Formats: sequence, structure tokens, C-alpha cells
Amino acid sequence: MSRTETSRDSAHDQWQGAFDKAGVRDASFETVSSAPVAPLLTAADVAATDPVADIGLPGQFPYTRGPYPSMYRTKLWTMRQFAGFGNAHDTNERYKFLLGKGQDGLSVAFDLPTLMGYDSDHPRCEGEVGRCGVAIASLKDMEALFDGIKLSDVTTSMTINSSAAIVWAMYLVTAQKQGCRLDQLGGTTQNDILKEYIAQKEYIFPPQPSMRLVVDTMEFGAKHVPRWHPISVSGYHIREAGSTAVQELAFTLADGFAYVEAAIERGLLVDDFAPRLSFFFNSHVDFFEEIAKFRAARRIYARRMRDRYGAKNPRSMQLRFHTQTAGCSLTAQQPLNNIVRTTWEALAGVLGGTQSLHTNSMDETLALPTETAVKVALRTQQLIGYESGVANTIDPLAGSYFVEDATNRMEQGALDIFARIDELGGVIPALEKGWFQREIGKAAYKFQREMEAGRQIIVGVNKFVDTEDEQPMDLLRISMETEHQQVRELAELRRTRSAGKAEAALERIRADARSSVNLMPAFMQAADAYATLGEMVDVLRAEFGTYREPAVF
Amino acid sequence: MDTPIRVLVAKPGLDGLDRGAKVVAAALRDAGMEVIYGGLHQTPEAIAEMAIQEDVDAVGLSVLSGAHMHLFPRVVNLLTKAGAGHMLVTGGGIISAEDMTELTKLGVGRLFGPGATLKELVEYIRAEVGRRRAAARSV
Repeated sequence: MSRTETSRDSAHDQWQGAFDKAGVRDASFETVSSAPVAPLLTAADVAATDPVADIGLPGQFPYTRGPYPSMYRTKLWTMRQFAGFGNAHDTNERYKFLLGKGQDGLSVAFDLPTLMGYDSDHPRCEGEVGRCGVAIASLKDMEALFDGIKLSDVTTSMTINSSAAIVWAMYLVTAQKQGCRLDQLGGTTQNDILKEYIAQKEYIFPPQPSMRLVVDTMEFGAKHVPRWHPISVSGYHIREAGSTAVQELAFTLADGFAYVEAAIERGLLVDDFAPRLSFFFNSHVDFFEEIAKFRAARRIYARRMRDRYGAKNPRSMQLRFHTQTAGCSLTAQQPLNNIVRTTWEALAGVLGGTQSLHTNSMDETLALPTETAVKVALRTQQLIGYESGVANTIDPLAGSYFVEDATNRMEQGALDIFARIDELGGVIPALEKGWFQREIGKAAYKFQREMEAGRQIIVGVNKFVDTEDEQPMDLLRISMETEHQQVRELAELRRTRSAGKAEAALERIRADARSSVNLMPAFMQAADAYATLGEMVDVLRAEFGTYREPAVF
Repeated sequence: MDTPIRVLVAKPGLDGLDRGAKVVAAALRDAGMEVIYGGLHQTPEAIAEMAIQEDVDAVGLSVLSGAHMHLFPRVVNLLTKAGAGHMLVTGGGIISAEDMTELTKLGVGRLFGPGATLKELVEYIRAEVGRRRAAARSV
């Protein structure tokens, strides 16, 4: 042993002795995911971490430090606030407001009927139209949504899954009718059906035909809409459903690899589609745990894409992701505190190297956000980007003993979970058995009990509770009139469109669904003929069947 | 001795966000109640039918889509029509204080929003079902 090592060891022993003598405050010293956190890390904890092979440089394999060589020195992340409510006209106004305030890209929230493939006038949709997002039943609504917004000039993210292929077809036709070419269009469809079965539960068809629809969009996009990201593999909802950070990481990447395998099985070449895959993560309250998660995600993905799937193009190995701050971390009590929580969650996303970011509004536990709350949320990102200075240097936390060790732990934790999923036969068999759902349910219940026992502190909820009455906040309200108007407009559409054209297009969808051809051209033809979303999905429901999950808790 | 309290936990409407419903189901089970988990995407009609078939004391509904003003009263009305007006209909979700007051007037029990604790919820169901059982015995 060298002299420096000996003196380092004795210094460490001395510190340990002093630490043990200094009292301990009453706290759990765990992350929000219940992972224990050491009081101190040193060089010894990361001695096995190779500065080149494990950490490397930004834009270089394994991309731990970022997918691009220059990161925010070239361009800050895209500030993209998710919005949508009421009918297409209401949301179109909100988009114009956000673009006017300096937002870069659009992000569409659809209402539940649209997400579930029902028309606004379906009996199951009573009371749901335009509540959680905008109602889009046909091409006519899509045209109104982007009225006055040239689709070749913006990028659009659409949060839609089980009905994604059809809604994307409506978007593509809207763009064509505006005079745009498909190869000019940039944006993302979430289109991540696996996490629907696992966490968000807005599925329609069984897993196999759903996977076919996803691969159809990947194939169509690779050929005709090369700037589009056909899937945003999402951990956000898995986390919101109650998973831990490492579960979010592992389940999401496992889903991503399942899409890669499905596309390869279709005969696509990995380097033809993988450069357009993107990811979507949650940024929760535990600051360093989140940063470690983002950095580990890039490293795991790069290694697997190269070593298991034979990717050669560096872009196929670079994990790019969108981040949203954690809705489930917000509290109804003392809602102004939510601005502060959101700020450091957003900061974690930025220090983790996100490509785009949504910051939640302070009032989202109560209702859809008001314009004031949305503006503060967007300003939060602008403050981080333009005032804090954190975007001046790339991956500033690299080399921190704590952050590198946490990154290693995240990676190892995810690999352990992949092994468990493999034992269960892969992602689809595991979700059909309800495994992911049970794991998430257990974690959510554990968190709730720890919170109620005071082991997880939430300011304003189980500590520093205000006894005086809270100031009521102004809330955005959606009136039933929105629904009535939407239903009237849909009736008008059915009366005025060419019934023959719409029927012929629906028949083509039926025929194509029975064969194995790509369904995207049939969806576009039907969108163009003003066939409605519900009509198209009904054809597929008849052909593919519907899914019911094993109800476990 | 009283038989264990039977509760149906279900999600009416179209949203699939079942974290709350599942956490509540687990907490009621751990509190000694018999829990029937009705699952997702149920119509009010299907929920009322399940409640009657299972002969439950209480129905816990979770709605996060904003359609609560439509869905909660419908379940209450269906139960009343079927002669099961004694069943407690309670639940939670993203529901404003104003809407909660309105729903109480329509015969819905207490509703629990974000920040409510499992303890409160268990105590409420125990007390309310106890009160209703006692009232049924005294007539």
C-alpha cells in the first residue's frame, strides 16, 4: 500500500469516527423511492468506474454525458408545455397564446374520448368531452386545432397512444391540406402502448394488434415522414402510477427494447428506425436520484443498442428524451409551494441533459391549469435557462463521486429488473400476468403508508401544515356547453360529408386490417374522407377485439 | 358481532389512472374490510349491478377525468332505483370543494381529494357504514 493510500485511509477512518460521534437528526435518509443514501462518498466508491468507457464525453459512446457534443451551448432544451382542453377552437387560442410567450413547440393533450377511440357523441363519453384535453373526432377538428399555425414551421408532440396511428393520420392529412410536405413535418406521437397496459391503462385492443399498429407507424415514418419521432417511450406515467425511480427506468427501457425487437421482426433495419426513437421521463423530487436516472438511461441504452441489436449509426445509440416534472409530487395544500418543487425538478431534468421539458403548473392537482399558472411554469424554465447559469457547461455534475456512484447503482438496478422480465418471458407476457401492475401498486402503497407514518415528509401535507384557510385559487372550468357544441358539430359533419367516400375508406381499413399491409395509408384515406375516429376504431375493434386487464391490486 | 364491511372499489368513466383506487383498495383490505375490486372503465350501470350482486355496504369510486359531476350522481340514482339506497357511495379524485358540496346534496357521501389520508378514509367508511347498519336495525 502506498503512503498516499495509507494516509487517505487514515483520514477516512478519522472522518468516520467524527461522523459517528456527531448526532443524527431524525430523518430516514432515503430517496423518495426508498433507496438508502450514504452520508458521504469518496473516490474509493467510484474507483471501478472508467472515465472513458463508463463516463466518456458528450456526443460519444456510451453517451452518459449527453447525446450531443455541444448540448445547451448550441441550443437550450425545447420548452414545450402540454396543453389542450375544450374544443379545437379553445385549444387553438391557447396555442397561439403560448407561441406568443416564446414557447417553441406545441404539445397536444387530447380528451379521454379521443384517447380511447370514441367519438364525442358516444354514450360512454357523456361528461368527458373536452375535460382532460381537446376533443378531436375528425379531420375537421384537427384542421381547426392548427388553424393559422403552419405545421411545417412548428414541431408538435401528441400525447396519444391506443388511437395514435389514426390521430397521426389526421395530422398528416391536415398538414398536406395546408400545403406542407410530409418530409417537412417534425414532432412526436407518444404511441407507447406498452406503458398503457403497465400503468396508464388507456388501451383498446389486445397487445399483439396494438404492437402491429405501432410498428406500422414506425415503418411509415421511416419511409415518408423522416423527421417524425413515431414513439416516445414513456416512463412518466409509470412513475405517476407509483413506481420507484429505478422501476421507471427499467420498465421504460424494457418497453423501448420491445419496440426495437418488434420492428426488427417486421424486417426493418435497426439503423433505419432507431434514430427516430425517443423517450419521456418523469422528474420527481429527489434531485440527485433523478439526475442519476437520466445519465444511466443513456448509458444502458447505448450499450444495448450496439451490443444486442447491432446498431452501427451513432444516432441509433443516443437516447434522447423529454422530461415532465412530477405531477404526483404536487400538493393541493399550499399550491404556491408547487412552483418551488417544479423548479428543482426541472433543474434535475436540465442537469440530466433533457432535450425538452414540460414544467407543471401549480394548480394541476385541482384542475386543468389557468393561463397565469401556465405562464409561471413556462417562466420557470426560462429562468433556469437564462439566469441560473447551469446551461453554460455540459453535464456539470460528471465526476461527482455521489452522482457517478448513483448512476452506477441505477444502471445495475435496471439490469437486475431486465433479468426478472426475461424470466417472466418478456414485456408482453409479464404485463399479461399483471406483474408490472402489481410491482407498481406495491410501491405506491408503500409510499402512501410511509408518508402517512411521517417517514416521507411532504411540506404542507404532513409537516408545516397551515391551519388557517387556504386562499381559494381561480380554476379553469370546462362547461357542458363545450360537449353540446362538439356533439352538434359532429352531427353536422356526418350530414354534410360524402357518405360513400367515408364508407369506402372504412371498408379499406377493414380489408387492410385483415391482411398484413401497413394500415397508415388506409387511415389517411379515411381521415381525408372525414370518417370519424370512432368509426375507424370501431372497425378495428371488430377485427382485433378489445382488451381487459387482469384486475389486481 | 358485525360482519366485516364489504366495499366495492371501482373506476367509472374513461380514465385509467388507477393508482388511487388500488392504494385505497389495499388500505381497506388491510383495515379488515372485504374489498371487491371492480377495475377500470366501468359504466355506472355495471358498477351498480356489481354493488347489488356483491351486496356491499359501500361503493368507492375514483374519477380523475373531471367527469365526476356526471358519474357519481348516476351511480347513486341507479342504486336508489334498484332499492339499494342504503349503500354508501363515496370516493375521490380531482374534485373541487364546490363540486364536492354539490355532490353531497345529490346523495353522495364524503369525497376525498389529493392529500386525504388512508386513515381518514378508513375511519369515515367504518363510521358511516356503522351508522347506516345501526339505522337499518332500528327500523
